[in-house]
Amino acid sequence: MQDMTEIRWHARAGQGAVTASKLLAETALLNGEYIQAMPEYGPERTGAPLRAYSRISSKPIEVHNNITHPNIVVVLDETLLSIVEVLEGIVEGGTVIINTKNSVDEARAALNASADIKVAVVDASGIALDTLKRDLPNTPIVGALAQATQCVTVEAFKENLLETFGKKFTKEVVDANLASVDRAASEVVVG
Amino acid sequence: MPDITVLAATGNLMVSEALRQAEPDVIAAYPITPQTAVVEEYSKYVADGRVHTEYVNVESEHSSLSACIGASAAGARVATATSSQGLALMWEELHIASGMRLPIVMANANRAISAPINIHGDHSDVMGARDSGWVIMFAETAQEAYDNTLISFRIAEHPDVQLPVMTTLDGFITTHAMERCEILDDEVVKAYVGERTPINPLINGDKPVSHGMFASLGNSYFKVKKAERAAIDASHPIIKQVGDEWANICKRPFDYVDAYECDDADFIIVVLGSAAGNVRAVARDLRAQGIKAGVLRIRVYRPFPAAEVLEALKGAKAVGIFDRSDAFGAQYGPVGLDVRTALYDLPARIPTRNYIYGLGGADITIQTIKDAFDELQQLAAGSIDEGLCYLGVR
Repeated sequence: MQDMTEIRWHARAGQGAVTASKLLAETALLNGEYIQAMPEYGPERTGAPLRAYSRISSKPIEVHNNITHPNIVVVLDETLLSIVEVLEGIVEGGTVIINTKNSVDEARAALNASADIKVAVVDASGIALDTLKRDLPNTPIVGALAQATQCVTVEAFKENLLETFGKKFTKEVVDANLASVDRAASEVVVG
Repeated sequence: MPDITVLAATGNLMVSEALRQAEPDVIAAYPITPQTAVVEEYSKYVADGRVHTEYVNVESEHSSLSACIGASAAGARVATATSSQGLALMWEELHIASGMRLPIVMANANRAISAPINIHGDHSDVMGARDSGWVIMFAETAQEAYDNTLISFRIAEHPDVQLPVMTTLDGFITTHAMERCEILDDEVVKAYVGERTPINPLINGDKPVSHGMFASLGNSYFKVKKAERAAIDASHPIIKQVGDEWANICKRPFDYVDAYECDDADFIIVVLGSAAGNVRAVARDLRAQGIKAGVLRIRVYRPFPAAEVLEALKGAKAVGIFDRSDAFGAQYGPVGLDVRTALYDLPARIPTRNYIYGLGGADITIQTIKDAFDELQQLAAGSIDEGLCYLGVR
């Protein structure tokens, strides 16, 4: 892996993208990496489009600006595609992970992604509804992201979830989250 | 080497942790975005019994700093935190705190000032307080916000300083971004910050004193103000002394300025706070292309480290001065005015350009910084003029 991986999150407020950006960074930190996770705060109303950013690096990170050339783009809400250029500035050979019921080919067409971009699809909302009983696609999509890109391992992410969610939530909630991660990791399709 | 906890933390959390370890006797604070998490977290420490601080809930920032002034005059270790409009509302008390020579540590989440309303990071709020007699430090990172906050107690409470200190971090960019951080053990930090030994505290039955007295006609007001200038000037060597002491413990460097590759640099950008890393990243790329670029980050802004700034800039062919606020009606932005004044003491003129950037949290991109370095080369060649310009405004 190169020195620094930059990840940009596209979501709507309330979907947990800021939490996801932090969970991913925390997981990488436990792995001994340098990290950054930051939200881009706009109007704080549920449903508004938002961006968040994560950086993972083997060396100290000195830049503190927004990510304009991401290696990885995560889309938690596919209805954003008509209003946000989610792939803007993505690096050649980058990966996009999208929460959708559609196939890789359908998603690639909807994203208008060039052939060098890897497209990964996962029905994170469907998995969340099954496991968490709520449309909170953030933890499953990190599972899919880990599986598709290996920027952290699925196991490391689950360990971090157990640790951080274990302090705040009941065992039932923690187990449901862990199950959502496992399912997303096994169901994500990369093309 | 003391034990260290490595954690993923925001700048706000690191300030809260530093405050928890310094454990002020009194904190009076009012929440305001993007500082809220600092006082929210600290109130949890109080509620959980982790600290013995008297946490005073107040109805405004005017009251929070007033309460801090009273508590500090009484002899307590005192801290608070604010941002933007909150700092603006403290305007009266800022001068009372410094005029009464009261040690108070205040964290400021640097944020734009209304109007128009904007909650994001720039230096418009803190620059409004730059001449109010407070020692002011700017952190580049969440880690440095922690270090600066701890050092602030030692500066403020030093017997030869006795002044309020502002420890600032950039709103959202530093307050809300999570980074890899280190916290030292409580015992190590407590041994470093020590206890406040008040000089002439109000609460002392054996030696009754008055504070903040009337000083009108005659020369007494004039005399007190002269003493105030002497006090902040005299804080300069003490800041380095107590900063170095912390640096030796935490093994992170401390200095008034952080001069990156300035020794042989032809083109240097002067910058404060969180944007410095971006500028360093560009300077590093330019160095790889054979262009001698340097970056001078000012960490201790008041008292202004003129000699250290001059030492770093003296060999440059052109200097770009970055300002994250404007000083409307003045010739340049606040840092522009300070740096140009310092440069006047050089025998030869160094041309400068003053760049106003990132107002209201506007992102400072790598490309705009490259553009500024390009302009510095043109400025040195004489093909463009000096002056003030807005960088990256669309």
